[in-house]
Amino acid sequence: METRAFQKIHTRITNITKATCSLKATGVGYEELAIVHGKLAQVVKIKGDTITLQIFGGTEGIPTNGEVIFSGKPPSLKVSDALAGRFFDSFGNPIDGGPEVEGEEREIGGPTVNPVRRKQPSELIATGIAGIDLNNTLVSGQKIPFFADPDQPYNQVMAMVALRAKADKIILGGMGLANDDYLFFKNVFDNAGALDHIVSFVNSTEDPPVERLLVPDMALTAAEYFAVDKNQKVLVLLTDMTLFADALAIVSNRMDQIPSKDSMPGSLYSDLAKIYEKAVQFPEGGSITIVAVTTLSGGDITHAVPDNTGYITEGQLFLRKDTDIGKVIVDPFRSLSRLKQLVIGKKTREDHPSVMNAAIRLFADASNAKIKQENGFDLTDYDERTLGFAKEYSRELLAIDVNIEIDKMLDTGWQLFNTYFTKAEVAIKEDLVSKYWPEEEGLEERRKKEPSEAKA
Amino acid sequence: MAEKAKRSRGKVISIIANLVLVEVDGPIAQNEICFIKLSNTSLMAEVIKVHEPIAYVQVFESTRSLTIDTEVEFTGNMLEITLGPGILSKNFDGLQNDLDKMEGIFLKRGEYTIPLDPEKKWDFIPLASEGDTVTAGSWLGEVTENQQPHKIMVPFKLTGTFKVKSLAKKGAYTIKEKIAAITDGEGNTIDLTMTQKWPVKVPIKVYDSKPRPFRLLETGVRTIDTLNPIMEGGTGFIPGPFGSGKTVLQHALSKQAEADIVIVAACGERANEVVELFTEFPKLDDPRTGRKLMERTTIIANTSNMPVAAREASVYTAMTIAEYYRQMGLKVLMLADSTSRWAQALREMSNRMEELPGPDAYPMDLTAIIASFYARAGYTCLNNSKTGSITFIGTVSPAGGNLKEPVTEATKKAARCFYALSQDRADSKRYPAIDPIDSYSKYLEYEGVKEYLNETIHEDWISNIASVKNFLIRGHEASEQIDILGDDGVPVTYHVDFWKSEVVDFVILQQDAFDEIDASTPVERQRYMLEKVLSICNTGFSFDAFEDVAEYFKRIINELKQMNYSEFESDKFKGHEDQLEKIIEERKDA
Repeated sequence: METRAFQKIHTRITNITKATCSLKATGVGYEELAIVHGKLAQVVKIKGDTITLQIFGGTEGIPTNGEVIFSGKPPSLKVSDALAGRFFDSFGNPIDGGPEVEGEEREIGGPTVNPVRRKQPSELIATGIAGIDLNNTLVSGQKIPFFADPDQPYNQVMAMVALRAKADKIILGGMGLANDDYLFFKNVFDNAGALDHIVSFVNSTEDPPVERLLVPDMALTAAEYFAVDKNQKVLVLLTDMTLFADALAIVSNRMDQIPSKDSMPGSLYSDLAKIYEKAVQFPEGGSITIVAVTTLSGGDITHAVPDNTGYITEGQLFLRKDTDIGKVIVDPFRSLSRLKQLVIGKKTREDHPSVMNAAIRLFADASNAKIKQENGFDLTDYDERTLGFAKEYSRELLAIDVNIEIDKMLDTGWQLFNTYFTKAEVAIKEDLVSKYWPEEEGLEERRKKEPSEAKA
Repeated sequence: MAEKAKRSRGKVISIIANLVLVEVDGPIAQNEICFIKLSNTSLMAEVIKVHEPIAYVQVFESTRSLTIDTEVEFTGNMLEITLGPGILSKNFDGLQNDLDKMEGIFLKRGEYTIPLDPEKKWDFIPLASEGDTVTAGSWLGEVTENQQPHKIMVPFKLTGTFKVKSLAKKGAYTIKEKIAAITDGEGNTIDLTMTQKWPVKVPIKVYDSKPRPFRLLETGVRTIDTLNPIMEGGTGFIPGPFGSGKTVLQHALSKQAEADIVIVAACGERANEVVELFTEFPKLDDPRTGRKLMERTTIIANTSNMPVAAREASVYTAMTIAEYYRQMGLKVLMLADSTSRWAQALREMSNRMEELPGPDAYPMDLTAIIASFYARAGYTCLNNSKTGSITFIGTVSPAGGNLKEPVTEATKKAARCFYALSQDRADSKRYPAIDPIDSYSKYLEYEGVKEYLNETIHEDWISNIASVKNFLIRGHEASEQIDILGDDGVPVTYHVDFWKSEVVDFVILQQDAFDEIDASTPVERQRYMLEKVLSICNTGFSFDAFEDVAEYFKRIINELKQMNYSEFESDKFKGHEDQLEKIIEERKDA
């Protein structure tokens, strides 16, 4: 932001905290940007002629006689097709050594889509990962986070989803992204030859935390440009939203707001909703799908950040290491895609919902059996069979390295049912059973033979 | 509100997000509406605190770029909505703007629309006659709105008695045309149209009495109707952690419940869920009228990314519309998803005003606010001896799934039915995930309700409900013992008890909301299935080993589930029933 000749320069800052400073000025608009001693800042409170500014870069070194210049406008991003393939910082300045992007200047964090102008999401996003496609099918226009502990490979899975999703544009919003992870994304996209349809806004761990607050809005302003103006299918990746929420807490704390649960601001729900609700399917074909990451501490989903997120997003994906098969799986119990009902059995084969539910129920029986086993109780024949089923189900379908078509996933499901269970135990609607139950010899046939073999 | 000679004006002196402080030059009232004149738009706001001469106002829009010294105009009114024919099948926002009338993809700040269609002609039939004595809420005439009789009433704001001076003849009129004139005791004449205005935060109270609810509101959801029924005019709430199926359950209720009018307040929830209502309701056939469900539905949508202050208003707007239709003698079902978002909107505001916080930083008067809101529901005897009702079911989204948090606790005190959604049930995909043991319906304790149910469903109904709950508790206890002592550490009868409760669970409690037939079960069918299940529970079975129990009961469950999936009393249904009887015979005690 360059200084213009007629701009008034203030030089008397009265209050400085770690994230904010205040001064006396008039004619300032709410949410307007300013430059304080060379650092970008935004108006967060106006009380009479006292203006409170949030300093994105932190207030280190700001003197009381520092220069304050108001820009007269809220934060914005210049949008055009030239955004594609570029890397930017939280303010939208290039960090890849390339030139500034020319284009139409748009305010970030813009207005809400009228709900009656939205279309109901109905396009399936296939990822090849059965833990997602079979049990937690993604739909364009959906918003869904990975709830993951920091040691889990969520960025890898997210990159995999992004590349297989066949989106027109992928927009990466990195908040507190470690430099190594940033390079990982860059490499993966580069190797896949996908760089030309990727736009990245990155706040790395080296950058001041408050800057992060701009990243989701920057990423989504770019996403809206491609989805609304160009009718493109846009996939937005936001990692890590917990670090974003931490930045919100820092600012609200410095503004003396009363914290609610887990020291988070009382407005956390609305703040997160404003971001996630940008996910949308437009009738004209454009869409914004958001896949985010919310890191948990010790798997605690009752913490304010995952908790509020869960109420906003359309489901959540949990990763977990399955020690029986030694692989990371998509947890079928805690994961959920709320929009799957719009596509499963409709855009996919009719038996999809039944196979999915039956398999999860049997998998649940297996985990009960496992508890019995751990407590030293004898297992019944049924328990033993569920354990066998669970292991194969984990390996063949839930593991994140699976990459198959949805019909194949369903066939695999039926085969596992046939191998381990009777039709009554699987309890799927009769018409589906008669159509899809495999012909091969299964448990029921083996059982029928057994008595006769015994006689012989 | 007392009329004021002059509308006050003011100037913005402070801005903190959507809380704006205004220095006012004249009298203002609590909850008065004002407009902040920001360059070419005006932003609607509501007074929430007064500290003369400063008014604290919450702005229903984003305050971006607002500067101090901006002009503010006060209106002299509280937040009012327009009541009249044409509300049904509309999609309003929290301030009763017609979302379909707004142009462009994005909601423009400061854009307000007329809620009702001013040009449409309605066929009016007079119900009163000239010379009749009328009071607020009296029916003057009737128009037909989407096949529903829509009463034209004396405005609720009027006090005292009036005489009908003139009344329009049968014919077509727009909402702007005069349809009646009434005179008060002093001879002053008031002209009336088909519409009136009402401040949303004030309950409409022009009725005779609110007796205790006694009549069942059929929802088609077995775990509600059979185990913990809600009455017409009753209140209930559904707390549950995310992912436990709150929204699916609410949608099922709105589609199936036996109500004349359905008002859905989508309060601070996901936009795609509202879109689902917008998309599906116009397509859904209304089993009651054979027409489309949307024709008797109004949706008040204030999604989570729409301005927070309007979120608070949206539940009041919805309730006021519900009360309006109740005054016509109709059965209204109002659903609000979720009241926690509304409470959070209150919290955000209280926080910005730097009020001393109550538990979890919610405002101190949260319990009172929630209680007085739930109190607006009820079964009502109108002044003309007709009845109308508002059944209200709200969802609560407890933070961290913890039912001890303030919103859940406050709601528990206000609502009579409690449908606790359990994470465990949801995790094992046992939907609807309403916990049968923790949930309750206080209506089952009402003498009137007991009599009504025994009379209309079956003379043993109440005792059957008690006994099925007993089997569930016994099964739960047995399962705990099995978990502690091991499968073979307990008598076989424990396994039988556990599996009998599983039969109840799988056949009565669980219901497939996405299956055409299973989604909604009429009460007659519920009675049949309950008796079927109870007869199994009351049967003694003999087993030699515990291993056989599970397998045997799974076969029973499978047949019963197939019955649930089949058309009632069809050949398929009966076929499975015959199979079931055969299975029972195999091990039945002599």
